[in-house]
Amino acid sequence: MSSAGWEVVIGMEVHVQPRTRSKMFCGCAVGQLGDPPNSNVCEICLGMPGTLPVINKAAVEACLKTALALNCEIPRHTKFDRKNYMYPDLPKGYQISQYDLPMSVSGYLELDGRRVRVRRVHLEEDTGKLIHAGDKLHKASESFVDLNRAGVPLMEIVTEPDLRSADEARDYAVALRTLLRTIGASEAEMEKGQLRAEPNISLRRPGTEELGVKTELKNINSFRALHRAISFEVTRQTEVLESGGTVVQETRGWSEAEQRTFSQRSKEFAEDYRYFPEPDLPPLEIEASWIEELRRALPELPGARRGRLVSQYGLPAADAVLIAADRDLADLFEAAVAAGAEPKPVANWIIGDVAPTGKIPTPEHLAELVKLVTAGSITRDQAREVLLESVETGRSPAHIVAEHGYAQVSDESTLQDEVEAVMQANPRAVEDYRAGKKQALGALMAELRKRAPQANPKVASELLLRLLD
Amino acid sequence: MSDLTELTIREAAKLLRLHSFSAAELVTAHINLIERIDSRVKAFLRFTPELWEKQAEAADARISSGDMGPLVGIPMAVKDVLCVRGVETTAGSQILRGFRPPYTGTAASRLFDAGAVMLGVTNCDEFAMGSSTENSGYHPTHNPWSLDRVPGGSSGGSAAAVASGEAMIALGTDTGGSIRQPAALCGVVGMKPTYGRVSRYGLIAFASSLDQIGPFTRSVEDAAIVLDAMAGHDPLDATSSNRPNDVLRDLEAGVKGMKLGVPREYYDVEGMEPVVKAAIDKAIKNFRDAGAEIIDVTLPHTDYGLAAYYIIAPAECSSNLARFDGVRYGMSEVDAQNVTEAYMRTRRRGFGTEVRRRVMLGTYALSSGYYDAYYLKAQKVRTLIKRDFDLAFEKCDAIISATSPTVAFPIGSKTQDPLSMYLCDVLTLGGNLAGLPGISVPCGMSEDLLPIGLQIMAPQWREDVALRVGRAYEVASGVKAEVAPFV
Repeated sequence: MSSAGWEVVIGMEVHVQPRTRSKMFCGCAVGQLGDPPNSNVCEICLGMPGTLPVINKAAVEACLKTALALNCEIPRHTKFDRKNYMYPDLPKGYQISQYDLPMSVSGYLELDGRRVRVRRVHLEEDTGKLIHAGDKLHKASESFVDLNRAGVPLMEIVTEPDLRSADEARDYAVALRTLLRTIGASEAEMEKGQLRAEPNISLRRPGTEELGVKTELKNINSFRALHRAISFEVTRQTEVLESGGTVVQETRGWSEAEQRTFSQRSKEFAEDYRYFPEPDLPPLEIEASWIEELRRALPELPGARRGRLVSQYGLPAADAVLIAADRDLADLFEAAVAAGAEPKPVANWIIGDVAPTGKIPTPEHLAELVKLVTAGSITRDQAREVLLESVETGRSPAHIVAEHGYAQVSDESTLQDEVEAVMQANPRAVEDYRAGKKQALGALMAELRKRAPQANPKVASELLLRLLD
Repeated sequence: MSDLTELTIREAAKLLRLHSFSAAELVTAHINLIERIDSRVKAFLRFTPELWEKQAEAADARISSGDMGPLVGIPMAVKDVLCVRGVETTAGSQILRGFRPPYTGTAASRLFDAGAVMLGVTNCDEFAMGSSTENSGYHPTHNPWSLDRVPGGSSGGSAAAVASGEAMIALGTDTGGSIRQPAALCGVVGMKPTYGRVSRYGLIAFASSLDQIGPFTRSVEDAAIVLDAMAGHDPLDATSSNRPNDVLRDLEAGVKGMKLGVPREYYDVEGMEPVVKAAIDKAIKNFRDAGAEIIDVTLPHTDYGLAAYYIIAPAECSSNLARFDGVRYGMSEVDAQNVTEAYMRTRRRGFGTEVRRRVMLGTYALSSGYYDAYYLKAQKVRTLIKRDFDLAFEKCDAIISATSPTVAFPIGSKTQDPLSMYLCDVLTLGGNLAGLPGISVPCGMSEDLLPIGLQIMAPQWREDVALRVGRAYEVASGVKAEVAPFV
């Protein structure tokens, strides 16, 4: 896995499906993964003769919002172009995309204080899907075309080659996803194909300016796969170069099953897409007032919110990063604090219990729970159960605590009977402790928790110690 | 009943209201004539009895209920590039044989709504590429005035149908002259509206930035009526517009006080036949007598127009025709080793020579390394040509010229020489490059009874001007479209 002596250079091309009801150029629903083949199609996205595209305004708006959130410049004039190539998943024989006048250019995404430059964000349409009967493409006896995806809007977000490791590439993709979800431009779920990351990777000697020969990776379906695919590719290229070979410029697929990349197609013969302006769509003039309106409507972006969580609530930076990464969690945090709970314990509960389970309580319930724990009314273990039950039933933690009799008992006279009972039932442990084996205390406490779960652990252990001595 | 097939829309509309005949009888008269002569003219590729029966019945019901719409019950032919739901539509090409679109294009649909009755589908050059209808993937069409001559093209079937009386109106498309030139050669009125005036939805594209749908009729007023019914913005065509189109209001206002420009580059165009020039001279005199001022104008980049056109149109066509791959509709040669071979077989068999030539020309012009020298340069020329017209229209209200430098030529005389065929459009394609409205009106005949056409071009969105000047010419000259006689 060593790439010592080489600098890793990564650029990312990310395709994101903006949140729209209909396709890019027709009224078809964008549909869901798993819809029956060719069920979300019409004469337009099927590329029937005589049909024409019409631009989906919601897609343009999502693209502009994304461009603004990525600090891009939005030129006044933009247009669509045809990218010509013939393949059965491309009904018109060309893809409507953007070539020399994209919707936006020259932005950046802040990543741990470093800027990853964004070269452009443009709009285009997705292609359909081919399904081949048989194991291998060249041996398939039949191929099937599903055009549900054909014409689904895509934003293409392209970075400069500014990323330097698999970690950074993954962090960029995660941060981008967070940003897109925060501004409502996309659901950006990788598993649903709404976010597709295609990194290109090359190596060069540190200190050199010139870029090495790059490979482009496809078929990456998760952030983990993104990290692994890049790591694999870095190792592979290192080995090739160390053994005196040269990297071939090509597209490589990531095999999840084999956990390796494999050659898909060589770029030795650059395909000529014969781009030219799409004559069926007049050039777009983006009104400055529209951009201003969208800019004003943007919510607080994750980077800014992270800073505010530290300064306003005194959270440690590590907590702020985790909470700001998810708009829902950050909203929950701020609302729970507003409902009267202490910030740090709220953060702990969100990071430790809410985020991992994905079970999100109402802010009022979370605040109530945190207050019950802080007041010593219930134990943490009990609180976890109360939290789950509260999310499932929608009932308030106080109500649940009362119902289960979970409320902690801190009254010594009540607890004394229980402690004495435990001591009587475990005479050996009592003897061991009195003989100097201090660890026997743990066993007695465990027994006490079993017998009296509602006992306040602090009061109970003090009482136990006093009775033993 | 032969006179039923010689009426204009206005005349027929009036007689239908007087119950001189029904819409069903009007259709029948046209079908009878078609049965008698279309084996000689071959204007039609297919007939649509299932439509004309229903539509004529509906038209009669509308007339009984007092509907005064001028197009109710009017028999119409539709060029084979315009999709009509359930009707085989092939763009004159074998590659689309059997294709029945599940949708109706906006222009045809609006005319159906206005009450027009569809008789059938008319022949054309394959994918509208040609000026003689000889490039049809099915058969050539014959000029009703002289059966051994071409009707012009690419909308030759529509022009011949209206000229022969087989249809009262017909729809065509004009990419470089494909409505105006056959109208001239067949002696009928043909109009290409401003680019964007009529929705292209449902028009099987040849060159998207040049294509425009327009009517063939036997009077200028009829052309205005049809245009009025199909014009206007369509949510399905982003290039369509809702600019005012008041074409009937000042139709009879005449040309008194108007300035009509005669571009010297058009007047003295190479290959102009003396009989055509004489007819244009006479038309100029008619206009002068009617009170118009005739002025010289210049369109200095005319010479480059043809070259620019034959880069831009093939470039767009090479992309527009990529969808004909045999995967989803039309001809499909799937018995192949791989997908590329299947494409090549389908397209080699399905496309004719001229279509293949233009796809190759266009592919080349858009190729990396050639794009700047060809496509980009052609677009710059296009801008210069637009400017030529803009400057000319600062000096005049409309531009007049011949529509075609020649009368109809014998079938087969130009098929071996594509360049001579391309020259047929030299006076019309400027209007497409600049997006202007233009109309061709009959302007007399040669001694051997071959029609001559007068072209009137107006500034963008001024169809009203072109039609008004055309109407003034009908009045001043007394020349009207006549139905070709058949024995």
